Amino acid sequence: MAQTVPMAQKWWSGGKSPFNTEYGKLMRWYFLMSDAFTFGAFLISYGTIRYSSNGWPDPNEVFQSFPGLGSGFPLLFVSLMTFILIMSSVTMVLAVHAGHSNDKKTVIKMLVWTIIGGFAFLGCQAWEWSHLHHEGAWWGMNPFSNADGTQSTTNFTNFFFTITGFHGFHVFSGVVINIIMLIMTLNGVFERRGHYLMIEKAGLYWHFVDLVWVFVFTCFYLL
Amino acid sequence: MSNEAILQKPADAVVTHGDHREGNGHSEHHHKETFISKYVFSMDHKMIAKQFLITGIIWAIIGGLFSVLFRLQLGYPNDSFPILETLLGKWAKGGKIQPEFYYALVTMHGTVLVFFVLTAGLSGTFANFLIPLQIGARDMASPFMNMLSYWFFWAASVVMISSLFVETGPASGGWTSYPPLSALGGASEGSKTGMDLWLISMALFVVSSLLGGLNYISTILNMRTKGMSMTRVPLTIWALFFTAVLGVLSFPVLLSGFILLLFDRHGGTSFYLSDIYLASTQQALPNEGGSAILYQHLFWFLGHPEVYIILLPAMGMVSEIMSVNSRKPIFGYMAMIGSLFAITILAFLVWAHHMFVSGLNPFLGSVFVLLTLLIAVPSAIKVFNWLTTLWRGNIRFTPAMLFSIGFVSLFISGGLTGIFLGNSTLDIHLHDTYFVVAHFHIVMGVASFFGLFAGVYHWFPKMYGRYLNNTMAYLHFWVTLIGAYLIFWPMHYEGLAGMPRRYMDFSQWVSFNQFGDLNRFISIVSIIVFAVQLLFVFNFFYSIFKGRRVTTSNPWDSNTLEWTTPIRPGHGNWPGEIPEVHRWPYDYGKDGREFIPQTEPVGAQETAH
Repeated sequence: MAQTVPMAQKWWSGGKSPFNTEYGKLMRWYFLMSDAFTFGAFLISYGTIRYSSNGWPDPNEVFQSFPGLGSGFPLLFVSLMTFILIMSSVTMVLAVHAGHSNDKKTVIKMLVWTIIGGFAFLGCQAWEWSHLHHEGAWWGMNPFSNADGTQSTTNFTNFFFTITGFHGFHVFSGVVINIIMLIMTLNGVFERRGHYLMIEKAGLYWHFVDLVWVFVFTCFYLL
Repeated sequence: MSNEAILQKPADAVVTHGDHREGNGHSEHHHKETFISKYVFSMDHKMIAKQFLITGIIWAIIGGLFSVLFRLQLGYPNDSFPILETLLGKWAKGGKIQPEFYYALVTMHGTVLVFFVLTAGLSGTFANFLIPLQIGARDMASPFMNMLSYWFFWAASVVMISSLFVETGPASGGWTSYPPLSALGGASEGSKTGMDLWLISMALFVVSSLLGGLNYISTILNMRTKGMSMTRVPLTIWALFFTAVLGVLSFPVLLSGFILLLFDRHGGTSFYLSDIYLASTQQALPNEGGSAILYQHLFWFLGHPEVYIILLPAMGMVSEIMSVNSRKPIFGYMAMIGSLFAITILAFLVWAHHMFVSGLNPFLGSVFVLLTLLIAVPSAIKVFNWLTTLWRGNIRFTPAMLFSIGFVSLFISGGLTGIFLGNSTLDIHLHDTYFVVAHFHIVMGVASFFGLFAGVYHWFPKMYGRYLNNTMAYLHFWVTLIGAYLIFWPMHYEGLAGMPRRYMDFSQWVSFNQFGDLNRFISIVSIIVFAVQLLFVFNFFYSIFKGRRVTTSNPWDSNTLEWTTPIRPGHGNWPGEIPEVHRWPYDYGKDGREFIPQTEPVGAQETAH
């Protein structure tokens, strides 16, 4: 069992974590920093190519379809996707919060909602991808013309599918992590441990994926 | 007090860092060890370090052999060596190395030595070995991730080795793999399967480096023993810490660059490709809008920090070994940390000095010149601190110390030519010549190898409980030092005369004919130096089994914590409690005492550092 360390001691003097946390959470943070650089490199590459191009398609014209309603609804569907993802972040916060008070039932409930949100987002993305593919867009294929009517290069779709795909892959791994967390919670692993720190770490990752989406969303749909 | 007690929140009090650390101190024979769990899928940081080291040694032999092969071509462009055809088959038809294969050799030599030997082999070995031992921890923060880190490296190695045996040969577009050459499968033989395997191998390598780096950082910050504040850790730890930070933040950018490159190769995208004209097909590419320069930015955003990923561990180990063997405190401990920090920051801000002649805006170039030349400041601080540590020291010329002094010599020589190359105007003349080859081989290649050798000679007793043979070590040192200068010094003159790198035969040019004899001389020396490295490898493996046994736990009279463990420490490092630390690691020759270990409390009359 751990000894209690007097608070008067200096945080950095060794023998304890200067951040008052265990290594896994630190590692999670450093991993997120590293991953931020991966996404940063992608988005900066996107910006470089976009601003060295003569024109770029108008997102309001590309992303204007809604399943069941047809076209003519610019950015409506992606707003729904974003709303779903942000809501799933909210439920994740509630799961982490319930974990702090060792409330197993609420943790389970909120994790289930988060997982549903994640799957819903991935489903939306799958629909959007297949819809765009249906319209003739794919890696190396771009049916959309520039906003000024000139012919566009394929880099709009190249970057769109690469970066949203990479983000979708992150969402997918986040959902897998959350499912593992749910199974562990159901099996009472955290109850026996007496704390729900793992949920907190999974939550960090989930929020990060959410935050990245904000940037991806801004770059591809708004700008 | 042990690491179990690092948590304060009551809710966290029962969190342990993996079961190997349970049972507080009696973790050594906690579970039954089989051959597989002890030597193959080991989670003991010391065993993982040895795995990295031995894999690195194997790669160094392979990478070195590549250089011997292409030096044969450069030294004897008009001769043929029938034995090469026997060994290499179609790659050396008629005993002469084929142009395609020459490029493959140069490419693989660079890739292997930069990434597999001097990144994984150097920081993989010493970060794993030294961090827990020197900060007073039973193992890495996550031993499991540490094991994964090695096995990802192993997988990367297997893929890279396999690329040597595909029909079209390994990647041959240079270790930087610039598109469009690397993006177009039809551009050369080496741009086909070999290039794909190269990219897959490097992606696995990035994962390995990330897993390792996260572990090193969290271990250093979180797992220090009681009293081991950040200003009491040995400089090796600071250097390995900054190395890990560099790796964690720069490798992901390379990974992004590689993913885009893979799409360009197989997805029909135009990230790096535009409508360039291809001589082989007599047509322009269908691609539009891509930028080959974008790849260079992404590559060098890793590529330059990579130089310091290679160099910083060597700097850290040299600082430590120099202080121990001068029997003096390191001069300017805080300045050493500060300069490491400055180098780490600047490492991220200078990448475009590799791109001065790529069409970069000259104004932007001048900004990068300024930032590049700024690196001379922390570098000079380090050099002066090493020299002043040696000054009036009671020097013990152990093999490790000789290699450390050799490191400083090489770092000065190679660093000075860096000032030439950092100037964008001079770079117009010097880029892609042998001047560049000479510069980075001395300052990054050979110097880091000297740091690696110093580390191996110094910590071999801790690794295997035996000493390396000194006679072979001295021979190894002198031949390598003199040989390295004889190989790379003349290359500066060749480069100033404009002799370009990556050419396989200079005998056709009147301007470079005059260097025929010099090239032959360089080739002969490099074969001798390679042979002496094999002597080191022999010494290494011979001494593991037959070397003189270490009989005292602290053979170098050193202050740091790794020498307070048993001669052959088990998993968990200290049989009892982890010792508490009371002072910095450099109390040598203080108050008339030769050395005072970190575990000794500061006396009543004594002033703490």
